[in-house]
Amino acid sequence: MKRQYYLVLFLVILAIPIYWMLNMSFKNNAEIIQRLTFYPHNFTFENYKEIITSEFWRSGYINSISMSIMNVVFVVIAAVPASYAFSRWDFRGDKHLFFWFLTNRMAPPAAFMVPFFILYSNLNLIDTYWAVALAHCLFNLPLAIWILEGFVSGIPKEIDEMAFIDGHSFVSFFWKIFLPLIAPGLGVAAFFAFMFSWVELLLARTLTNEAAQPITVTLTRSLGAGGWDWGVLAAAGVLCMVPGAIIVFLVRDLLATGFSMGRV
Amino acid sequence: MKQRPWLFLAPALILVSISAFIPLITVMNYSQLSLLPGSAPYFIGLENFQAILRDPAFTGALARQFLFSILVLITEIPLGLGLALCMPNEGVGVGVSLVLLGIPLLIPWNVVGIIWRVFTRSDIGVVPEVFSWMGMNYNISQFTADAWWTVLVMDIWHWTPLVILICFAGIQAIPQEYYMAAKIDRASPWKTFRYVTLPNLRGVLIIAVLLRLMDSFKIYAEPFVLTGGGPGSSTTFLSTYTSRMAIGGFQMGRGAATSLIYMFVVILLSFVIYIIMLNLGQGAGEE
Repeated sequence: MKRQYYLVLFLVILAIPIYWMLNMSFKNNAEIIQRLTFYPHNFTFENYKEIITSEFWRSGYINSISMSIMNVVFVVIAAVPASYAFSRWDFRGDKHLFFWFLTNRMAPPAAFMVPFFILYSNLNLIDTYWAVALAHCLFNLPLAIWILEGFVSGIPKEIDEMAFIDGHSFVSFFWKIFLPLIAPGLGVAAFFAFMFSWVELLLARTLTNEAAQPITVTLTRSLGAGGWDWGVLAAAGVLCMVPGAIIVFLVRDLLATGFSMGRV
Repeated sequence: MKQRPWLFLAPALILVSISAFIPLITVMNYSQLSLLPGSAPYFIGLENFQAILRDPAFTGALARQFLFSILVLITEIPLGLGLALCMPNEGVGVGVSLVLLGIPLLIPWNVVGIIWRVFTRSDIGVVPEVFSWMGMNYNISQFTADAWWTVLVMDIWHWTPLVILICFAGIQAIPQEYYMAAKIDRASPWKTFRYVTLPNLRGVLIIAVLLRLMDSFKIYAEPFVLTGGGPGSSTTFLSTYTSRMAIGGFQMGRGAATSLIYMFVVILLSFVIYIIMLNLGQGAGEE
């Protein structure tokens, strides 16, 4: 029982900076600058109003969520068959190829900024969801293959063989038996892909101008340009955290079980 | 049927070619060229690499990056593992802790920077105020040490929850029989941890260590927003340096050469750590 106090202490530390921003978002700028108050003395919704009423911010949200979901779809579609191949079959160069895939997870986005910009300009994809969703595959696809390979390897090969003996075709085995078995793995891979796509700034900023600009970019651009309006900045920060918090709440059961990655 | 693996790998290979392979070839190409604005590009071989390796700004960023990543690993991994062991096993506490721990992971990275910026700024933040009550002077835009440990604490704050979640899931997956056996043998809590928990967590710990190593090596948005790489260049890490070379700088060829050296370092380091951890785990299993 006693050790759980350490965890509580950590959770409190985790909450303090977030509370500070939340606190700021309900203050007016005069109060923020003049004195240090631990709760808003003149409680105001003005900061939030300014953001919610602007079309700019709303489209930022929609763009962010759309391109993250698009990225998840690409990643899952490509990673499931790939991880099956790596886990079940020996073929020439499989280990090297697997490691090469993984090296892309290690590649720093900063290194790929300019080439991405040139490539997607040539493909006429700049400032579309496609550009960002494809670019984020750089780090999300290898991670998904890596995670799923663990889950697939955790399923005994005999299950495949039994299914074929029972007369399942490969396609029906894949849909009806295999995919339900790795469902937690799919959930974890999708969660990680969404997470790293949702939070990324550098590539998203390089590949979008205005139309497809995600919320993270809106935040840096609109608030970096014209002076620091602290209250609005804090409110924007809080609003950027809300979708993530909702998603975490929805997948909380997955966090408890799936995160072992099938590797224990 | 011999082609079947490649058929299954085709979607991944296509995606990787446009998200990684073609850009990588472009970088390799650029790294050999002199790309000054206003003049035609020409081949200069390895000159860019030599220039980069001699640039004190690059070697400084590389050294800081190593120091940062090492500090991140040696604090976050033990802390995360320790706190995972403190997690409750059942009850509402589990769900509440999981959700609270998950939240930092889905905060956009620049928002993490903003949270810590408003938390630590000398004019509106609470941290400098608290330090001044204790008679200490704290200013992240002035003192290198303050900026450094603030970036480090921010990273620990941001990513330790991921380590906790991964370790916790790993602990949950260890069969209870192992613990029963340890109890029957009257193993001490430390011995139970050392010979039951730790060996079984090898797989998840490899993932946690590699993820933290790779991602801490790529850190960009958080220090960019929090300190802007300063004061001076004291919190300029490799990604900040590389992106500055690539867009702000006038020499794109050098930027490309930097990128390649950068990638080489990360891949080599991850590979070495991976091999070390695999062997470590094996040794522990045999005892």
